[in-house]
Amino acid sequence: MTTTYRVMPGPEHFLPPSASSMGIRLPDPGQAHIHGSIVSEEEAMEQAAREFLAAKVPTIFPGPLVLWAWNEKAAKKAKAVRHLYETIKDSVDPKLQQAMLIPMPDYRPKYPKINPEIEINPNHPNLTIWHNKIDACMFVGVHCHQANLSLKIIRGGTSCYTVAMCAQAGHEDAMLSFRDATAEKIGRLADWVKKLKGTVPPPE
Amino acid sequence: MATQTSFIGQKNKKDQVYTDPWNMMFEAERTPSFYTGSEVIKEAVRRASCDMMVAYPITPQSEAAALCGELFAEGYIGDYFRGESEFAVMSQCAGAAFGGARVFTTTAGPGTMRAMENFPMWAGARLPIQMIVTCRGINSPLSIQPDTLEISYLMQTGMLVWHAETAQDFYDWILMGYMVSEEPDVHLPLALCCDGFFVTHTKDMVNLTPTEMCLPPYDPYRSPVPCMDMECPPVRMMRDPFVMKSNYISYATHASWQQEVWAAIERSRKHTIRWMNGLIETENTDADVVIVASGTAVSQSREAIAILEDEGVKVGLVKVKTLRPWPGEEIKEATKHAKHIIIPEFNVTGWLAREVSATIPNNERVHAGPHVCGGMTMPPEIIASEIKTVLGMKVPALAGRG
Repeated sequence: MTTTYRVMPGPEHFLPPSASSMGIRLPDPGQAHIHGSIVSEEEAMEQAAREFLAAKVPTIFPGPLVLWAWNEKAAKKAKAVRHLYETIKDSVDPKLQQAMLIPMPDYRPKYPKINPEIEINPNHPNLTIWHNKIDACMFVGVHCHQANLSLKIIRGGTSCYTVAMCAQAGHEDAMLSFRDATAEKIGRLADWVKKLKGTVPPPE
Repeated sequence: MATQTSFIGQKNKKDQVYTDPWNMMFEAERTPSFYTGSEVIKEAVRRASCDMMVAYPITPQSEAAALCGELFAEGYIGDYFRGESEFAVMSQCAGAAFGGARVFTTTAGPGTMRAMENFPMWAGARLPIQMIVTCRGINSPLSIQPDTLEISYLMQTGMLVWHAETAQDFYDWILMGYMVSEEPDVHLPLALCCDGFFVTHTKDMVNLTPTEMCLPPYDPYRSPVPCMDMECPPVRMMRDPFVMKSNYISYATHASWQQEVWAAIERSRKHTIRWMNGLIETENTDADVVIVASGTAVSQSREAIAILEDEGVKVGLVKVKTLRPWPGEEIKEATKHAKHIIIPEFNVTGWLAREVSATIPNNERVHAGPHVCGGMTMPPEIIASEIKTVLGMKVPALAGRG
């Protein structure tokens, strides 16, 4: 199926379609996608780094698969996520930008009492994004179903740029998605942020 | 955490070797065997590394379920029991799949209908259960004979739905079915349907993979939703319902959830095409008349095509293998030259004709029929007759044949 649909920052629609239903296909191993177009992983690394560096509130949303040390790989990934966050924080202008690390500790709906300053929930992720004025974010360690749910709701109701660092097959509902995420891959993204530090104009 | 690939090369308790599935299905030597469809189900399950099988007796699937019981006695299935009803069976399948088991079940006709509430629940919970549906009549007066009406209901549940033509399809697709439905970007239940009796109770030559090879076990930690692992944290990751709340957020979340299930069906295309060499098979689609069919209606259509060929009428064929995902683009392409599209079906409503009509341009080309149901056979002559009528040729009355 050929498609002209592109996965872009919203707000897109009262109930936006899933990107998959619009003909967007997931990347194969070694690939990534940007706005639904298949690209090399390195191209996506550079683009994701640029989005973080250009954002007012670049934010990482770590999910339960990396928040709990349930196996060695998870623990390594968690350290890599922390390193990426520190790298972004060190690479942006503190007067204009604020890097954030907001966990998605579980998936139980918490409305109307969620505290959007300290957590994000897949059933109403827009609340956390609106409250913190997040304009670029990355999902990592979130189960694929819940990540897709969130990414679509975010696209529907916010203008936030979404990146998915997925350990499985990737996410069409993100504007940019990696697949087969490892601690090493997250580290490479941090290297790209470091490499591009100072080359990307800060937000106005 | 062990992954599926780490098992490959190891042996299970029956001395079967966990084998790379691609190697097992396409490169390993096959043995021709003369089996009924029910026996073929048993042989596929023997090689599928199933953790659990639950079923309830209902014709015509009972024989397959009983044969799977023999597999349990032999040690090929982890657990096996009879549920209290089809509704109970499908709920028990859900429980096992929630816990991370590879689950297999079989049902038919009224059993499918009785259990229907479970199927959208399976899909919404992203449980890759495989269910064999040996289709039969569902309405009063009671009929145990072949009829595919139940498939039309299954097509709206969010499950993958495939329709096997032959016992060979059945054998291969049971094993391939787990490979597709357990992909993390798919992870949906599969209803693998066939026309009861025609496939289940007739013998056919089937090429089987080696008995000593089996699929690698299911890895629940690749699931797109948390596995209910009560020993390893995080343990409280249940699929909490938000439907009890009455507000915009809960409605929007539920809508988004439903879309995600159907998105997963779309994602299954890539994997299904790889394993099954396409969602459809075609022959002579440059002909003016093309038959589009699924299940044993395909076999009858092949016979009708041969009859018409002898009379100088060329007819093409599209065999629809998967109903969900729906091969809309493929059917559109395969029928683009056809002036007449004939859709023979073993049901009264003509659900396949409706789907095709909703897919293709100029759908006045679709001729919904011939239809038989309630256990009637579909002689190739009535398909040939339908085609001749459409072409304005004279046809003898076929009434009173019986």
